[in-house]
Amino acid sequence: MRHLMNPLDFSVEELDKLFDLANNIEANPAKYAHACEGKKLATCFYEPSTRTRLSFEAAMLNLGGQVLGFSDAASSSASKGESVSDTIRIISCYADICAMRHPKEGAPMVAAERSGIPVINAGDGGHQHPTQTLTDLLTIRSLKGRLGGFTVGLCGDLKFGRTVHSLINALIRYDDIHFIFISPPELKVPDYITDMLTERGIIYREVIRLEDCMPDLDLLYMTRVQRERFFNEEDYVRLKDFYILDKAKLSDAKSDMLILHPLPRVNEISIEVDDDPRAVYFKQAQYGVYVRMALILTLLGIDV
Amino acid sequence: MLNVGKIEEGFVLDHIEAGKSLDIYHHLKLGKLDCTVAIIKNARSNKMGKKDIIKVECPIDMLDLNILGFIDHNITVNVIQNGEIVEKKKLQLPKQIKNVIRCRNPRCITSIEQELPHVFVLSDEEKEIYRCKYCEEKFDKRTL
Repeated sequence: MRHLMNPLDFSVEELDKLFDLANNIEANPAKYAHACEGKKLATCFYEPSTRTRLSFEAAMLNLGGQVLGFSDAASSSASKGESVSDTIRIISCYADICAMRHPKEGAPMVAAERSGIPVINAGDGGHQHPTQTLTDLLTIRSLKGRLGGFTVGLCGDLKFGRTVHSLINALIRYDDIHFIFISPPELKVPDYITDMLTERGIIYREVIRLEDCMPDLDLLYMTRVQRERFFNEEDYVRLKDFYILDKAKLSDAKSDMLILHPLPRVNEISIEVDDDPRAVYFKQAQYGVYVRMALILTLLGIDV
Repeated sequence: MLNVGKIEEGFVLDHIEAGKSLDIYHHLKLGKLDCTVAIIKNARSNKMGKKDIIKVECPIDMLDLNILGFIDHNITVNVIQNGEIVEKKKLQLPKQIKNVIRCRNPRCITSIEQELPHVFVLSDEEKEIYRCKYCEEKFDKRTL
């Protein structure tokens, strides 16, 4: 039995198969509409995450399966003090596959060790959120036709952003990837990542402003710069506009650059950018459903 | 010069970094063994300048080499039988250790899950870095 804890749990070849399946689902949704009939997905969300939970539920419903679960710890037996190990043993009696989100890092792995059914990590604190990374990769691969040969700009909070760290780790398995890290000095990408890139001979550079690198980028991955990450209000006010993407900043960008964002967006991408063909963050949410459908089929071992 | 007598059966831990012998005494739970233990601190060493030595008179299978390898894999373990060295064991960094160190990350599931062991996995042999199996929090062995 297989679980998904970390985006690197799947080899590059396995990811290719998963993404091929996701693209096939996209092209032929009717073919998969009954693939999971009689199967149940348990969404065990110990903290609220409406978008991720609904994406999993939509994926299972699209496959003809059913869903059950809870959407916050207060409405689960965790509020009575039940351990994750005990909960997953019970859930294994009720469902065929489980997507678990938990504020504590490593909780889904504890569940996987005790589980009788496949467990998908749907986000564990600041640690991993593998289906977000798979969503990002599928979006890039579907819209660009490949996953290598890009200059990738990552913009915003690169220090605490787990989606950014996971995406970097996933992309370095492909050839000819260069990174440009765009962030205020307070939110620079951690040293262990830049050390790792240097060790592997992967080219990267760090810049303060989006305008400093826009013409070079093939992909721009935007994240939110949160006010509470700054030591003082003055620095936040001084720097925040550097990380807001608008039409003027986009004027220097390549015509086929893709703009991605894990969402939710607050104000880091101006609404005027939404209609630009390069803005693919809403398509990303759709690819998130396809990749979760492919993942559920793969972990359940269902061939269509 | 201080003399500590030979032991008949047991082990001698040699080449312990000076000052670390009491840590090792503690980690190996030697205080709980009902046997003779000698701790020699700051002994002269050609190789190390100064070193600590621990001599324990007890059956060799009572020693957890895994923990010892984690604490300091440069320690020499001499196995003694009938007063003679019969084997010199080479220690290695263990691939995984269980309940030797605790994960200090307050956001880790080990902080709340009942009776969950604290498991650390060797992630970088050269830098001697272990990571929590669950949250991947780094434990730098050199801070032990």
